[in-house]
Amino acid sequence: MTRRMLGRLANPQLLALVGVLLINWLLFPSFFRVTWQDGRLFGSVIDVLNRGAPVAILSIGMVGVIATKGVDLSVGAVMAVAGAVAASLVVAGYPAPVAVIAALLVGLLCGLWNGFLVAVLDIQPIVATLVLMVAGRGIAQLITQGFIVTFNDPLLIFIGTGSFLGLPMATVIALVLLVLVTLLVRKTAIGLFIEAVGVNRAAASLAGIRSRMLLILVYALSGLCAAIAGIIVAGDIRGADANNAGLWLELDAILAVVIGGTSLLGGRFSVPLAVVGALIIQAMNTGILVSGFPPEFNLIVKAGMIILILLIQSPLATRIAPRRPQRARIGVQRTAK
Amino acid sequence: MSETGYVLEARGVVKVFGNHVALDKVNFGLMPGEVHALLGENGAGKSTLIKVLTGAYQPDGGEVLVESQPVTLNNPQHAQTYGIGTVYQEVNLLPNRSVAENLYLGHQPTRYGFVDRRRMERDARTVLARYGLDLDPGSELGTHSVAVQQIVAIARAVELSGKVLILDEPTASLDRNEVERLFDVVRSLKAQGLAVVFITHFLDQVFAIADRVTVLRNGRLIETRALTDVTRTDVVRLMLGKDISFSGATALEEARPAGEVLLDFRNYGRKRSVHPFNLTIHKGEVIGVAGLLGSGRTEMARIMFGADPADEGEVRVAGQKTAIDNPTDAISRGFGFCPEDRKAEGIFGELSVRENIVIALQGKLGWFSALNRDEQMEIAGRFGEAMDIRAASLDMPVKLLSGGNQQKVILSRWLATDPAFLILDEPTRGIDVGAHAEIVRTINRLRDEGLALVVISSELDEVVAYSSRIVVMRDREMVAELHGENINPGVIVQAIASNQTGASA
Amino acid sequence: MSRSLRPLLATAVIFAIAYGLSVMQFPGMFSTRVLGNFLTDNAFLGITAVGMTFVILSGGIDLSVGAVIGFTGVLVAVLISWMGLHPLVAFAIALIVAAVFGGLMGLAIHALEVPSFIVTLAGMFLARGGASVITQDSVPINHPFYDWISDLLIRLPGGGRLSFIGLLMIAVFVVGALVAHRTRFGSYVYALGGNTVSASLMGVPVARTTVAVYMLSSVLAALAGIVFSLYTSAGYPLAAVGVELDAISAVVIGGTLLAGGYGFVLGTFIGVMLLGLVQTYIIFDGTLSSWWTKIVIGVLLFLFIVLQRLIFAASAPGEKVAEKA
Repeated sequence: MTRRMLGRLANPQLLALVGVLLINWLLFPSFFRVTWQDGRLFGSVIDVLNRGAPVAILSIGMVGVIATKGVDLSVGAVMAVAGAVAASLVVAGYPAPVAVIAALLVGLLCGLWNGFLVAVLDIQPIVATLVLMVAGRGIAQLITQGFIVTFNDPLLIFIGTGSFLGLPMATVIALVLLVLVTLLVRKTAIGLFIEAVGVNRAAASLAGIRSRMLLILVYALSGLCAAIAGIIVAGDIRGADANNAGLWLELDAILAVVIGGTSLLGGRFSVPLAVVGALIIQAMNTGILVSGFPPEFNLIVKAGMIILILLIQSPLATRIAPRRPQRARIGVQRTAK
Repeated sequence: MSETGYVLEARGVVKVFGNHVALDKVNFGLMPGEVHALLGENGAGKSTLIKVLTGAYQPDGGEVLVESQPVTLNNPQHAQTYGIGTVYQEVNLLPNRSVAENLYLGHQPTRYGFVDRRRMERDARTVLARYGLDLDPGSELGTHSVAVQQIVAIARAVELSGKVLILDEPTASLDRNEVERLFDVVRSLKAQGLAVVFITHFLDQVFAIADRVTVLRNGRLIETRALTDVTRTDVVRLMLGKDISFSGATALEEARPAGEVLLDFRNYGRKRSVHPFNLTIHKGEVIGVAGLLGSGRTEMARIMFGADPADEGEVRVAGQKTAIDNPTDAISRGFGFCPEDRKAEGIFGELSVRENIVIALQGKLGWFSALNRDEQMEIAGRFGEAMDIRAASLDMPVKLLSGGNQQKVILSRWLATDPAFLILDEPTRGIDVGAHAEIVRTINRLRDEGLALVVISSELDEVVAYSSRIVVMRDREMVAELHGENINPGVIVQAIASNQTGASA
Repeated sequence: MSRSLRPLLATAVIFAIAYGLSVMQFPGMFSTRVLGNFLTDNAFLGITAVGMTFVILSGGIDLSVGAVIGFTGVLVAVLISWMGLHPLVAFAIALIVAAVFGGLMGLAIHALEVPSFIVTLAGMFLARGGASVITQDSVPINHPFYDWISDLLIRLPGGGRLSFIGLLMIAVFVVGALVAHRTRFGSYVYALGGNTVSASLMGVPVARTTVAVYMLSSVLAALAGIVFSLYTSAGYPLAAVGVELDAISAVVIGGTLLAGGYGFVLGTFIGVMLLGLVQTYIIFDGTLSSWWTKIVIGVLLFLFIVLQRLIFAASAPGEKVAEKA
């Protein structure tokens, strides 16, 4: 059993994460130094966990969508909408829990809308979610009337910048969400059904799987995750910026999912590995910052990362290097039994 | 001309994939002006041979000769320059473009660098007329029937190559009239001296159109014979190397005491799909459904299963009036459905054999009562063994299995749900003979165990062998229900064919 | 009537009605001045959208065009203002760089067999990152050639002016339409969007066509970047952020099926004009805020997507009724 666990740990995503962290350490020797101050942990590694949380949360929602052969381009805009709702409500004098719940509901609603377009109207996901991607920021600006709405509400700020058991609150939320969603998909049949729908929707329907409900569920979950990320980001900067909150994060989330080994063509997926993907992205971001490169360098590194993954996952690569790792994995499983 | 007289020839061709020998020193010669059938079970090497002859694969040994000159064919386009054209089972044209463009894509006539559309459409009209098609060359190809598209594909292949036409299961999705129409085209091409290679699973069609037949088995050439010298039994024996286990079962099923009524469809139908029909199904009986493609047989199956819900009439399950509006309703009442198009609607290619087998049962259990891995293994193992599924592991992706084994997986999927009623749409189409026999055996076994089955099949001999009753579909309507002595292929054909005034291609 | 013409017709009708209503409310909108500015203000979007039309017709998508516009602007500005090259030389260099860039993206999409959006996403990061690495500030361009080009215009009766860049956009549309609808290359692009497997079996040079399509898109985006630099007389690495979305919207609103295979270059022109109309209306109104543009574009996008869904689902022969699950 433990050996099987070890076999699982030795997967390419985790090795890549370790590799990136080691490179960061070489470039910036105090990278792994963690200090305890004011009841919470500080350090570059903690920073990775903290800064990576929004994309990790988005990727938790995105991975299910991509597994059904879909994609949700609207999550960045939904983040902005949710942030705008939460900020506007607390500024208008509503209690913070009401604002948070309202923001979550709005996110859920956006997800349901996407799910409706994809599942009921049968519109290609990239097209369906493009609608909200384009209109969402307009809606967010409509809510904030074009201003950056700043607030001083302690609860919202705590969600964005607070800590729990020494860990940043954003990290804790991401972790809880990771556990909950993993349990949701793997301890029920939902995960299998998502994969079945992603592989062959017509066959899934004839096998008695209500693919419509399932699609609506994954898009709703994605919208909800986007709202959570939006609240965190708003809490972090103590304000809702309709123009810039979550800008291009949908692309980071998609990238995280792809790094996590889920094919853009649907099918097999892994929630934890998508989160590892998000951490790899953030570790690179942080590495570039702490080692003194200009932040724009980040975009180039991300581009390089996409190219690398596409090369590794391409049929070309599998033709050149025929499945050695797979055989090794079967071997590990056998010894475990 | 050349010494052998062959326009296209494979001499001692060898093709190896990994450690699997797909073609083992195969000889194959094609004369101008002949229709040459290429037969063999799945995996016999037919498609590999075709791919070598069209340049899609390079042979690992032996040589390909065009008019007795050894050639190297780099790809299908290159083969085309030697006069070799191919038409595939699924029409490989562009439904979004005009008929004329589909005929000439890549070879459009140009003027000053621009496509001369007027001339292209004029030429297209002339060409199409030769194939008996009178249609607007400017119309979108996708708006025409599959048969017309198939003929356009042949026209394109002949226009661009002109010596050899390879037809790879072109009739698989055509009905009888359409097949006849296609054959007319093939006959006239043959008369013009074209050499035609014809691949099919239908022996009838081989005897209807071919002059010679070549049989492959396990990558080896078994024999090439003139069809005038052989009988059907000979051909089948050559293909299998043995007699098929279910042959000779043309004897009528004994009139057995009908079990209790399980299903009762009354005036059940769906607008623009199937006219209302009445059908009572008992436990322990197999109802065969005969009819041409497009007769409404698949549509009837889909309505029964709720894949397309009925909009009139009613259904009683075990006496209880009920509504079946979607597959989930049907499954909860003990129904199962093996669709005709296995790849598109049946299997989950990427998922494992195990997951493919448990998925319907899991669907029945719902989102929240998940079977764990061990339970899945047990279920998949049990049903996989009962159906004799040949897979290296239950965890391997089902797409790596042969068509016959995939069909067994789908059947196992439904058996795992402990069904009372199974609908099988062409369960034996396009699978190898061994799997075919296994599926026929399973149908008989399930009937004896008291299941009710509806089996749609184009193979009348086979339907006759296992059915207690046969319903005949024509023009989206149930036109006959045959019992006892009426059940023989001749009567069925008559029922299908009678009064076919509205028939059109 | 061919069903692919219906969305185009719908776009044209909507544009005519919307323009008519706008003119009834603000008669000032019916003038050669407004129409002339229409072309000038939307020139870079229009040029980009022509390239995007080809990409979408071929069944792909290009997310990198906005970044290529930004990169080209910076490159041109740097070549002219810092290195003292003549603008025409700078333009040639920028177009060649873009051609190589787009060609590589096309090659990657074909060779790696991956969805175009992920490859062009990498392209977007690369081009934006590259532009920001060169400079993070706006680089002004002061060159007599630029002044000469901006003076190059045709005066219309009624005070309107047809600028060089407006005319350039129209020329790009005309050439684009000819290439798409009247050449073999154009038919290959449609073939790829219809069915890649069939196209390949029918002898369409899939690799070459894919590379050419993305090359064309990047070259036109670079041309749009040059136009944008003429328009603003500067190069800025964060210029034209989000233009890819506007271009995609214009293409879809112009009646091209996002899944590929159906559509017209002319439709994209009407789509661009419709987007321009929305913006002009909001400026004329004065009380509406700019964010309504995004919302209206979103709504239009939604309407056209649903419209296409209805047209192509209703009349596809033999297509089964969507299963009710």
